[in-house]
Amino acid sequence: MIDRIASFGRSSIGFVISIGRAGQFLGGVLSGIPRPVTGFPLLLKQLYSVGVLSLAIIVVSGLFIGMVLGLQGYTILSDFGSEAAIGQMIALTLVRELGPVVTALLFAGRAGSALTAEIGLMKATEQLSSMEMMGVDPLRRVIAPRLWAGFIAMPVLAIIFSMVGIWGGMLVGVEWLGVFEGSYWGNMQASVDFRDDVINGVIKSIVFGFVCAWIAVYQGYDCVPTSAGISSATTKTVVYSSLAVLGLDFVLTAVMFGNF
Amino acid sequence: MTQRTTDIAVGLFMLAGLAALLFLALQVSGLSPKSAKSTYTVYADFNDTGGITPRGRVSMAGVTVGSIDSITLNKETFQARVAMSIHGEVDNIPADSAAVIRTSGLLGEQYIDISIGGDMDSLEPGDTFYATQSAMNIERLISNFASGK
Repeated sequence: MIDRIASFGRSSIGFVISIGRAGQFLGGVLSGIPRPVTGFPLLLKQLYSVGVLSLAIIVVSGLFIGMVLGLQGYTILSDFGSEAAIGQMIALTLVRELGPVVTALLFAGRAGSALTAEIGLMKATEQLSSMEMMGVDPLRRVIAPRLWAGFIAMPVLAIIFSMVGIWGGMLVGVEWLGVFEGSYWGNMQASVDFRDDVINGVIKSIVFGFVCAWIAVYQGYDCVPTSAGISSATTKTVVYSSLAVLGLDFVLTAVMFGNF
Repeated sequence: MTQRTTDIAVGLFMLAGLAALLFLALQVSGLSPKSAKSTYTVYADFNDTGGITPRGRVSMAGVTVGSIDSITLNKETFQARVAMSIHGEVDNIPADSAAVIRTSGLLGEQYIDISIGGDMDSLEPGDTFYATQSAMNIERLISNFASGK
């Protein structure tokens, strides 16, 4: 019994320590502001691998999620004879919730795991320590561009996701199921508010981008430098990012849309 | 992968993001550059506002001419006071027009329709509608019908 309590205590202490280390690590990365001249190409390169290469999965899943929303929404709404409200339903669902959340989950799987594995392998092959040897700060040279890239790419991806989803919903709702196009867009425009819905969705995705990128680079930087360590760090990145995104999503939704 | 290709790809990526944001702003939330133009506020007192909400539509002969700003309770008359902003170019609404709450379709959203009067004077900013007609309440309609009124 005492042993169990002790092991619980030990894991709690370990948890608090790792949170503290992650915070310290974040402070270290952010305090080294990327130098405009040398840092910018590094950031661009990371934006390419984190953002541009994630575009395909984002566009395809956005399209299908929009189409599924159109199909499901039509089936439910036509029971009430109000299938004209389908545009409103699709747009609000995507812009407020599914856009930021699904993008963040896909981002954690597609880009976050790659970041962790890359940094973890750099650590295992002692590239990071040899950089330190040469007087190059790995936090500034390797970690900071990746963190910023995730931070910048996520809102862009989420916005593209929402747009493609709304277009996919139109494809199903208007072209296939025959909802009048004017009421699709008209209902949408009457109910979606730019400030309250679109901007709040973008704020959500900025927060998610920050959290996902932070978890990914920290797990890579902190991993046990063996192949087993890298694989467990990659798994942790995906699991922790997904949990953090879903948990934060509830908190953010309650703050943003909970004032009835 | 040369540096230049990367630059172009990232540039296109950011442009796609901006274009998508523009799409969300203009096409999805109906935020048009026109909405920044001048509007003026008029008021209407209703006995029952039904389901109208702020940002709802104010129309005239089916054409949207403004939007609902706020709905407050007038504590003296116990009526709802609705403030609506009307587009600046529609400046000749006859002063004896009536504000009517209508429903688009059977179950659609409710909006305010301005039915035109015949007065030569027009509503000035800050004026209140002379006549209003409250939201159709199906329950009240049925009970009136049942009691034969």
